Amino acid sequence: MDKFTTHTGIAAPLKRSAVDTDQIIPAVYLKRVTKTGFEDALFANWRQDPQFVLNQPVYAGASILVAGPDFGTGSSREHAVWALRDFGFSVVLSPKFADIFRGNAGKQGLVTGVISEADLEAVWAVIDADPGVRMTVDLDSRRATIGDLDVAFDIDDYTRWRLLEGLDDIGLTLREADKIAQFEARREAWRPRTLPVP
Amino acid sequence: MSTIDASGIPDRPRTLAEKVWDDHVVVKGGDGQPDLIYIDLHLVHEVTSPQAFDGLRAEGRPVRRLDLTIATEDHNTPTLDIDKPIADLTSRTQIETLRRNAAEFGVRLHSLGDKEQGIVHVVGPQLGLTMPGITVVCGDSHTSTHGAFGSMAFGIGTSEVEHVLATQTLPLKPFKTMAITVEGDLNPGVTAKDIVLAIIAKLGANGGQGYVLEFRGSAIRSLSMEGRMTMCNMSIEAGARAGMIAPDDITFDYVKGRPHAPTGRDWDDAVEYWRALPSDEGAVYDAEVFLDAAELEPFVTWGTNPGQGVSLSGVVPTPDDYSDPNDRAAAERALEYMDLAPGTPLKAVPVDAVFMGSCTNSRIEDLRAFASVIKGRKKADGVRVMVVPGSARVRLEAEAEGLDKVIEEFGAEWRFAGCSMCLGMNPDQLAPGERCASTSNRNFEGRQGKGGRTHLVSPLVAAATAVRGTLSSPSDLDPVIPLEQTQLPMAANAVEA
Ligand code: SF4
Repeated sequence: MDKFTTHTGIAAPLKRSAVDTDQIIPAVYLKRVTKTGFEDALFANWRQDPQFVLNQPVYAGASILVAGPDFGTGSSREHAVWALRDFGFSVVLSPKFADIFRGNAGKQGLVTGVISEADLEAVWAVIDADPGVRMTVDLDSRRATIGDLDVAFDIDDYTRWRLLEGLDDIGLTLREADKIAQFEARREAWRPRTLPVP
Repeated sequence: MSTIDASGIPDRPRTLAEKVWDDHVVVKGGDGQPDLIYIDLHLVHEVTSPQAFDGLRAEGRPVRRLDLTIATEDHNTPTLDIDKPIADLTSRTQIETLRRNAAEFGVRLHSLGDKEQGIVHVVGPQLGLTMPGITVVCGDSHTSTHGAFGSMAFGIGTSEVEHVLATQTLPLKPFKTMAITVEGDLNPGVTAKDIVLAIIAKLGANGGQGYVLEFRGSAIRSLSMEGRMTMCNMSIEAGARAGMIAPDDITFDYVKGRPHAPTGRDWDDAVEYWRALPSDEGAVYDAEVFLDAAELEPFVTWGTNPGQGVSLSGVVPTPDDYSDPNDRAAAERALEYMDLAPGTPLKAVPVDAVFMGSCTNSRIEDLRAFASVIKGRKKADGVRVMVVPGSARVRLEAEAEGLDKVIEEFGAEWRFAGCSMCLGMNPDQLAPGERCASTSNRNFEGRQGKGGRTHLVSPLVAAATAVRGTLSSPSDLDPVIPLEQTQLPMAANAVEA
């Protein structure tokens, strides 16, 4: 995973709340077995509307999504994160994220920053006044700058550290292989086993 | 501050969730770091696993514990003509990819046509793999179903699937706990589905976010394991990480004798451990909610998230009923999508289709409840009724009881096991604009087919709706059968593995 320090790009406003994962990527796209190439699937139903924000030329190449509260609710599909990433997003800012979505995002290097509702409105106002304006997101200081506006965002320390260091979760865990083996040695015999097949 | 004893277990009353968590800590995080949690059971299906196996392959990593891993095919499987090749190319690719991965890595897989094939959340419990006091994960949000046994069960993303395959652990921060207490006796015709829909309407579709919900109280204790699974299945629809119910004799009786249930000394050890799991007197939850069971009625959703529900005897709400501007906007949008006018009695809403199935309500008891209402009747003209058992084994059981005959004589389609129209990844989909009464768990826009409209209901309401063609409860039917006989058997343990 690449290290994430700061990122600058066009901020696109998604003025909807409770954007669920079925909207981010409809189930029909989940059939694919690859981990990339999901850019066409992102918001596939909404993108059929020419008025949809991501269809507007001014937001072409946007890499920061500024969305209403409760972003990513619904299923655990990580495809939602891949679709955002493949489309070109590096950061999503919202006043509230669904937990599973947020966990998935952190593992794929997609930064999910929580901003206050007031800051959300302020950021949207800056974008509305100057569509296509670029934003800079600094993960180290947890601040996002757009126009004259500078807002704080929240991301938990552990995810932030991993993103800053570009650390892969599995590699980190395997450093604890001895402790896992010790735990396994003391597990009770009654716990379930899928093998052998009875 | 509580004190911590030598084993790291705090010396204070603990909740069920805390006990299960504490007993699975491999490495204590502390200081804002996640704990490393051991996973007892990993369920795998074809949709969220291909990229995880890809990741293992890329790093040259094996599956650490094949004996704690089991796979089945469910989301893409057809429910008709299962002996023919799968027509949809991408569905076939996903399933063939799972078969190849399972063979390459040595994972036990129950494929289409196998009697243990079925929806992953129906298969785990029926094999006796799901039991109290364990941790269960699956790349699927409705893994919360397994919490009905008093286990800690939650959905994970594909990166986490890879993580569990490689390490049998997950780095996790403890969840907050919310007690949801439902006291009193349920009215006739009110089921677990109605209770949980009412809870979600009360909490909101995100009200449970970050929490493990523990369902408690006399109404919950009176539920069968099937009913408890329905409740925990839908806890994710309140945004919760998991749902749990303390194990008791109903739980133990359900597990006992199943293919993978412990036996002999192991069984005795297990039960002794399980009996100590319920939350201690005085344990503190981060939040508490109370409901009076006697006030509950059959419940139905009118909108496009599972929190947008009302009593079936009520009317479609108006957006002005909501003070929160986000809720109001969501209601407006939902009414437009659902093509419903405020003030319309729910019972006046006609449907085009009825779907009886999904991991929420496709176990044998659900099929029995559905069949008890339709027995001796004919479905409404023009309504398509599809009955999809949760697993091949449930299908066989239902056929042994003659339920397939009741279903077919009624005019409904009796299908093979899988997720089916719950999410329409296979050909079982609603057409644009079609309206469906569905026993599944999600009514999102387009969930059951692009442009399809979903009303979430219990099996009893689904059955009565199939009879009348409009949203209905069994009490709206001419009493061919006395209502008492349509109730779910309380604390039933009629299913044998
Ligand atoms: S039945 Fe529906 S909710 Fe359950 S696992 Fe299948 S798709 Fe998911």
